Amino acid sequence: MKKIISAKEAVNMIKDGSTVMIGGFLSCGTPDTLIDEMIRQNVSNLTMICNDTSTPGKDRGKLIENKLVKKVIASHIGTNPETGRQMHDGEIEVELVPMGTLIEKIRAKGSGLGGVLTPTGVGTIIEESKETMEVDGKKYIFEKPLGADFALIYGTKVDKYGNVCFHGTTRNHNTIMATAAETVIVQADEIVDCLDPNDVVIPGLFVDYVVCREG
Amino acid sequence: MVTAFEELSKDKVREIVAKRAAKEFKDGDVVTLGIGLPTAVADYVPDGINVTFQSENGLLGVGKSRKGDNIDEKIINAGGGYVEAKIGSSFYDSQMAFTMMRGGHIDATVLGALQVDEEGSLASWLIPGKFVPGMGGSMDLVVGAKKVIVAMEHTSKGQIKIVKKCNLPLTAYKEVNLIITERCVFKVTPDGLMLIEINPMFTVDDIKSSVTADFIISDNLKYMEI
Repeated sequence: MKKIISAKEAVNMIKDGSTVMIGGFLSCGTPDTLIDEMIRQNVSNLTMICNDTSTPGKDRGKLIENKLVKKVIASHIGTNPETGRQMHDGEIEVELVPMGTLIEKIRAKGSGLGGVLTPTGVGTIIEESKETMEVDGKKYIFEKPLGADFALIYGTKVDKYGNVCFHGTTRNHNTIMATAAETVIVQADEIVDCLDPNDVVIPGLFVDYVVCREG
Repeated sequence: MVTAFEELSKDKVREIVAKRAAKEFKDGDVVTLGIGLPTAVADYVPDGINVTFQSENGLLGVGKSRKGDNIDEKIINAGGGYVEAKIGSSFYDSQMAFTMMRGGHIDATVLGALQVDEEGSLASWLIPGKFVPGMGGSMDLVVGAKKVIVAMEHTSKGQIKIVKKCNLPLTAYKEVNLIITERCVFKVTPDGLMLIEINPMFTVDDIKSSVTADFIISDNLKYMEI
């Protein structure tokens, strides 16, 4: 059985300066209650790993607006002009990583690999200062694993064993992020006794704590 | 023929480009569309051609936009819009999305560009110091899709976009197969760009003066349908 805790208790564990992965593609499938609680507790100086910095006034976008993030590692920041402004003014460090590379770096960490070789970015500035390797005549970039102190993820239904299932396009980065952090907290729309094992997308062993969405 | 730059409205440009791009699809293709003008390509798939649209955020089988009461907030496209999941659809995570995209399982992609060059390299994600949205999934997609179609306005506010060599940071090196604008269609060949179609409103000289790339003209140069 997993620990079912409140958002307040969950966020209490996250210290200033932590590296935090947060699931979600724009506002779809993102742990908004946990994010609101981070803002309430003013957890700052964060390194945030995410697909994108969402849109102004929404979920991950709020962490940016409240200046709680010192560095963001993401594939896209264009939907939130505030991220661009802070980057331009030197208030935030932004590392842009191609989306498919970002997810494979996280997967490498979570699955115990020493990195991945990808053709993505060959011949572009992504290749600069990275090792490359030829395999059967084709050039690849070596990308290192990427992990975090915490993964804050979303699940539609989560059971008492930490098993997670999803509705629609909410899976996005959540599934892989669940494998690559020291502590994994899932925010559930609904907590149920027991999911049908056929429906489980993230097996419970990856999940440490379950929090129910508020509001 | 008078040069007709001013006569084409934004909507008409979009229609000409999207309609032409949609003709590239074969029955049964799986296609990933970029944001902006390329999204309109879905409206012009010819009758009798069945195309499945794939989205990087986790939907194979993207259907019509959903508005009003008929929204499922947990089903979106890569632009964040609410969409229908068509019969036969599947949902998946980002790793599976990029296994499809990078792994060579997508038949064609249509995307916009800031610049495309003679060698088929394109720049679409960064204007240093000015415009820094990030590459999103575009770099993976362009490297992995079997056919890469750039669909864009011929010039941007008078700025030339089809160039000798891109001077903006690249999205991918030598990956583009076809360039479609409202004025013409270029095929990227080992010998450089080949003009294969032209909008009858324009002359070859118009094209020459509105690109800095060198190009050869196909022996079989055709008129675009407008």
